[in-house]
Amino acid sequence: MHRDPDGAAPAPGADGEEPQWRHDFPIDWTQDEYVARRDFTKFLGLTSLAFVLGQFWILAQSMMGRGRNAGKVTEIRGARDLPVGGSLTFSYPDEYDDCILVRTGRESFVAYSQKCTHLSCPVRPDPENNALLCPCHHGSFDLATGRPTGGPPRRPLPLVELEVRGGKVYATAVKERLQ
Amino acid sequence: MSEAPFTRGQRTIIVYGIMSVIVVMVIVQLWLLTATMNAFLGGDVGIILPAALASLVCLLFNLGLLRYLHGNSRTNK
Repeated sequence: MHRDPDGAAPAPGADGEEPQWRHDFPIDWTQDEYVARRDFTKFLGLTSLAFVLGQFWILAQSMMGRGRNAGKVTEIRGARDLPVGGSLTFSYPDEYDDCILVRTGRESFVAYSQKCTHLSCPVRPDPENNALLCPCHHGSFDLATGRPTGGPPRRPLPLVELEVRGGKVYATAVKERLQ
Repeated sequence: MSEAPFTRGQRTIIVYGIMSVIVVMVIVQLWLLTATMNAFLGGDVGIILPAALASLVCLLFNLGLLRYLHGNSRTNK
């Protein structure tokens, strides 16, 4: 489409009337570019604001998550009946947070989040090899500490802190670890 | 009559230069947001507050540039 470089209306035809297309598409190019640039800068400003709001939303989620489950104590049912080397799964601190408890001795237990720190597949205990295994990508963790010993995971499993009181086992906290 | 400090061509270059800087800052903010979300979901919460403050600084810088840009276009009307 022909466009006048200065945005001015094209010269009228020989008979002094404007061409038909000018009536069909009455665009003021100067005004159009001006509005487009202003709108674009507004869009950039709003996008920038949206990113900041997203950052502070993550911050709020982080702070709320830290406070929400603080001090929650849950009894792990069936723990006392486990044989040495046996394991069971339980939910802590929320119903969607699957954890795994392993009895490592007569009076000793360990518990971790069941989500592999690689891609969140559920880990399975392998007490004979003193390990927890992730079947998805063959990641392995040390059963005693939860630290990665092989495969893609680089971070240890979150540790569930336990307390044994009156013959019952309680989960008292989840400890996220980076190293 | 006071003379305009910049010619029309110079103003256009300044405006597009400022807009380019703003676009780069917005891209930096996008990178910050994705990196922060990645760290948050991976359990690393130590980076969240500094990243939020850095993003806020980017926003304030962008708003300053936008204010200059809009003020400039208003005086040139």
